[in-house]
Amino acid sequence: MRRPPRWVAGFTAVALGLLHLPIAVLIASSFNRSRFAMRWDGFTLDWYYRLLEREDILEALRASLVVALVSTALATVFGTLIALALARHAFSGRRLYQGLLYLPIVTPEIVVGISLLVLFATAGVTLGLGTITIAHVAFNISFVAVVVLARLQGMGRDLEEAAMDLGAGPLTTFFRVTLPRILPGVVAGALLAFTMSFDDFVITFFVAGVGSTTLPLLVYSMVRRGVEPTINAISTIILVVTTIAILVAYRLREEGAE
Amino acid sequence: MRRVTRWLSSHDRARAWTLLAPGTLWLLAFFVLPVAIMGAYSVMERGLYGGVEPGFTLEPYARFLDPLYVRILGRTLWLAALTTVLCVAIGYPVAYAIAGAGRWKHALLYLVVLPFWTSFLVRTYAIMFLLRDTGLVNSALLALGVIDEPLTLLYTPGAVLAGLVYGYLPFMILPLYASLEKLDPALLEAAESLGARPVARFLRVTLPLSLPGLVAGSLLVFIPSLGAFLTPDLLGGARQVMIGNLVQQQFGAARDWPFGAAASFVLMALVLAVVYVFLRRDASALPEEV
Repeated sequence: MRRPPRWVAGFTAVALGLLHLPIAVLIASSFNRSRFAMRWDGFTLDWYYRLLEREDILEALRASLVVALVSTALATVFGTLIALALARHAFSGRRLYQGLLYLPIVTPEIVVGISLLVLFATAGVTLGLGTITIAHVAFNISFVAVVVLARLQGMGRDLEEAAMDLGAGPLTTFFRVTLPRILPGVVAGALLAFTMSFDDFVITFFVAGVGSTTLPLLVYSMVRRGVEPTINAISTIILVVTTIAILVAYRLREEGAE
Repeated sequence: MRRVTRWLSSHDRARAWTLLAPGTLWLLAFFVLPVAIMGAYSVMERGLYGGVEPGFTLEPYARFLDPLYVRILGRTLWLAALTTVLCVAIGYPVAYAIAGAGRWKHALLYLVVLPFWTSFLVRTYAIMFLLRDTGLVNSALLALGVIDEPLTLLYTPGAVLAGLVYGYLPFMILPLYASLEKLDPALLEAAESLGARPVARFLRVTLPLSLPGLVAGSLLVFIPSLGAFLTPDLLGGARQVMIGNLVQQQFGAARDWPFGAAASFVLMALVLAVVYVFLRRDASALPEEV
């Protein structure tokens, strides 16, 4: 592509600035001594210290991490296996399966959440961290499969064939040849799945039940009660955690592409 | 065990389905089955305290003809369409500039991708924080003397629109960038040397060649906007109800599961219809990377 005209470049600078302004204001406010007004009253870490005193926030953080880790592990295994089947094996209905794989991705979150709520209510399952984890695995499987599949499709099969020719069985070939080569893609998919789970609000909202609260659910209920500076501090922490995961995931994917 | 592995390695189809089985079973149990149950509930009688009573009726769907619900449906389609148009208007120049940014390309792309991956809830809250009465927008306008008292910006259709555009803009920029980046500059030079002016070059070369990106981007913005729940809930308040909020109300306070299930199915049908129309036009628009 050629250089853009100057007005397009200027427009882009403004648009990218506006894209980051709301988050920047939020982060800055989390360090602002002033409680309500949009006025800088000096730097403080008070709002963060306050988080440490709140048992419910630490509990929600713990719940979010447990759900994210368990659901990511399961979704990564299931999704990677699906990607392997789609990329490496011929079976009838493969194209159809690949198309249907997008269904959970395009289905509105509210429909996924409500229908799981209806399922659990109908089956008499008690809502809690278990049902949240089940739901997160369900929405992350397709996602991991798509990311890993993209990596597998860019890879030739010659190394695997060479290994087989030299007498390696299918399992040996998988663990010694295929897995090391797709590992960056798998880890990238896992990190993205982790942030999707750690961040999820809508689906979690419906399958959480009364006793169990994740960090986004807690933030939501605090936001509903009104703006207060501790929300800015929690939000900043969520942003930092997910940003690190994303940067690592993209690094891995780029390395894999080279 | 050895015999099993040998049998599997000689039967490609069996191996494929062995690999597919765990994930597929999970999706059947926790995605397909729940949606099927919802479908069944959407044609049953309403239970007194939530839930359903056995029976068959199309009444929940017929209720969509009520002007109240026609209005909600219309608002949903209108806001989703407007969001898509605004995302094209803002996203196209941005994608174009990034595609032509040379060695800054990757850094700029990170700037687009990062907010897209961070928490949607936190980003919606950030918009709320900016638009509230004592937020940055009102403070700045007051300080500049443009207004005398704070404007009511929250809980308006404009706030919902701002939230949706802010939330989904990166979905538009990324596929547009991908198709503009592939555009061969030689084509534009050829058009130029043949006497095409900048506007003609854009309309007859750049735009048609970026159509797959435009289609994919519109799909990726329009679909989640249709199903929006959190944005109208936090930024729109009680008066800017979209179909997603209607669904939630029926399963919450209203305790009318059949109608809620029917509303979900109407939403699903809208989404699938959009996907079908777009993809039939251009199968290559299927997103390969998310």
